[in-house]
Amino acid sequence: MKILVPVKRVIDYNVKPRVKADGSGVDLANVKMSMNPFDEIAVEEAIRLKEAGAAEEVIAVSIGPAKAQETLRTALAMGADRAILVETDAEVEPLAVAKILKAIAEAEEPGIVMLGKQAIDDDSNQTGQMLAALMGRPQGTFASKVAIDGDHVSVTREVDGGLETVKLALPAIVTTDLRLNEPRYASLPNIMKAKKKPLDTKTPDDFGVDVAPRLKTTHVGEPPVRQAGEIVPDVDTLVAKLKSLGVA
Amino acid sequence: MTALVLAELSDGAVAPATLSAVTAAAQLGGPVHVLVAGAQGAADEAAKIAGVEKVLHAGDAAYADMLAENVAPLVAGLMAKDGVGYDAFLAPATTTGKNVAPRVAALLDVMQVSDILSVEGPKSFTRPIYAGNAIATVESSDAKLVITVRTTAFDKAAAEGGSASVEAVSGPGDAGLSSFVGLEAVKSDRPELTSAGTIVSGGRALKDSETFAEVITPLADKLGAAIGASRAAVDAGYVPNDYQVGQTGKIVAPELYVAVGISGAIQHLAGMKDSKVIVAINKDPDAPIFQVADLGLVADLFEAVPEMTAKL
Ligand SMILES: Cc1cc2nc3c(=O)[nH]c(=O)nc-3n(C[C@H](O)[C@H](O)[C@H](O)COP(=O)(O)OP(=O)(O)OC[C@H]3O[C@@H](n4cnc5c(N)ncnc54)[C@H](O)[C@@H]3O)c2cc1C
Repeated sequence: MKILVPVKRVIDYNVKPRVKADGSGVDLANVKMSMNPFDEIAVEEAIRLKEAGAAEEVIAVSIGPAKAQETLRTALAMGADRAILVETDAEVEPLAVAKILKAIAEAEEPGIVMLGKQAIDDDSNQTGQMLAALMGRPQGTFASKVAIDGDHVSVTREVDGGLETVKLALPAIVTTDLRLNEPRYASLPNIMKAKKKPLDTKTPDDFGVDVAPRLKTTHVGEPPVRQAGEIVPDVDTLVAKLKSLGVA
Repeated sequence: MTALVLAELSDGAVAPATLSAVTAAAQLGGPVHVLVAGAQGAADEAAKIAGVEKVLHAGDAAYADMLAENVAPLVAGLMAKDGVGYDAFLAPATTTGKNVAPRVAALLDVMQVSDILSVEGPKSFTRPIYAGNAIATVESSDAKLVITVRTTAFDKAAAEGGSASVEAVSGPGDAGLSSFVGLEAVKSDRPELTSAGTIVSGGRALKDSETFAEVITPLADKLGAAIGASRAAVDAGYVPNDYQVGQTGKIVAPELYVAVGISGAIQHLAGMKDSKVIVAINKDPDAPIFQVADLGLVADLFEAVPEMTAKL
């Protein structure tokens, strides 16, 4: 079985994003970029499945600018076997990403497509579900545990009410949540080895997918700012203030 | 423009998240219908929501567990029905809504608008991006709208006062792709996190699950509060996953949010900074949580919290 792992290059999660003064977007010039943290978890899970003998090959794919090669090299250094870059400078929406991934999945026939549940830049939380719909395959979203069992996979999901387990027929789409695993760091020898692993470059046109956006962003602004309040000297003052505010 | 809202059910009853989604749907300007995939009782309950014109009740057992593989084709079918279809589908941005709605969107070849904060026009919405550090205004060019609704951003429609008709609907049924195995739920008598008026949240500083319970629970009991946590506290196993507040956990906006031993990472702030009154207790005066707190106490939580509990 192959596992396909889509990875996105996004602003590093430790960086506080700055909104551009002209309202056109978030300033990404000279900002540290990294692999979307949920995608790192997906890469890790795929590699663990391979290490456990449940999968033979892990293929990383990224849809994005030429620089997304770095993100793919990170996936390769972690242990993915080969990579595909679908190069475009356009901001590709989840629906178009899902269409490109569908075309790749039809060619590669993976048993599982393992995606992050959301990208921390647009926070859409859509791509995995959309891919599952387009392929007519089941989806195990927000996974905190993945167990392959013959021609099925059991996925434990982090839901609002606790932990839900579903059983899906393979091939299936899985999206990762935070508790699934702790991704490894790539070792230096593996980073060196990753440079020699195959990386194919394609374009959205190769898959006949129109990436024109359906949503037009007309403005990007700052969220309302909260005024910092006061530091109280002791618990008595805190309790008194809460009582006078009528909240305790 | 007629809108269809997916009802969020909890233990067979209509959950409050549904009421916020109904308000958002009403702001689109047309009639609002609600789809209840579950028991007849829940459909009757939904019919009483103020402002709802019609309730569609899908009673087929294939929909009872809200498996997206089964529910999405039902919704897409209702949306696309000739003459009587819908222009918009809205689901609350709960884990159920987030699971089902994008599957509906893709079946309809629509780009979903996730987690809307406001309705700005018939096809224009605001939504948070970058963990709420920026707010985007987006306009859809699709023929139909598929939307998830941030429930804290919309008032709840009145649960009583409406008198919608209830119509039975059916769809393709079981897609045969997936099955529900079980739900491991932590039962508690506390208010539910996303609808609680008061929340006490604990962070990594709480050390372990026993200490978390010893320190946080009595304060939450005193305040009649729900209990939340930072990701670090959940990862470390102090509390279950469904306690996590933040960008990738639950979004809350109670009257009072007490953050205990939480540093205030942007991912945590994204989930609670719309709370009315924020209290932070942290021993580090430079912790970022103090930048959003109305009332900050720089103290060792192991002394301050028991003292606070005693004095309330
Ligand atoms: C993709 C991604 C998604 C994430 N999503 C979320 C999310 O949804 N929600 C979330 O919360 N986080 C999320 N995070 C994690 C986030 O970045 C932080 O790591 C996390 O919020 C830190 O939790 P904390 O504040 O409990 O721990 P820490 O940052 O370690 O803070 C502990 C605080 O306790 C204080 N303290 C220690 N001892 C005491 C004491 N005795 N008395 C008083 N104060 C004390 C310290 O001064 C410190 O400020 C996410 C991260 C990533 C990468």
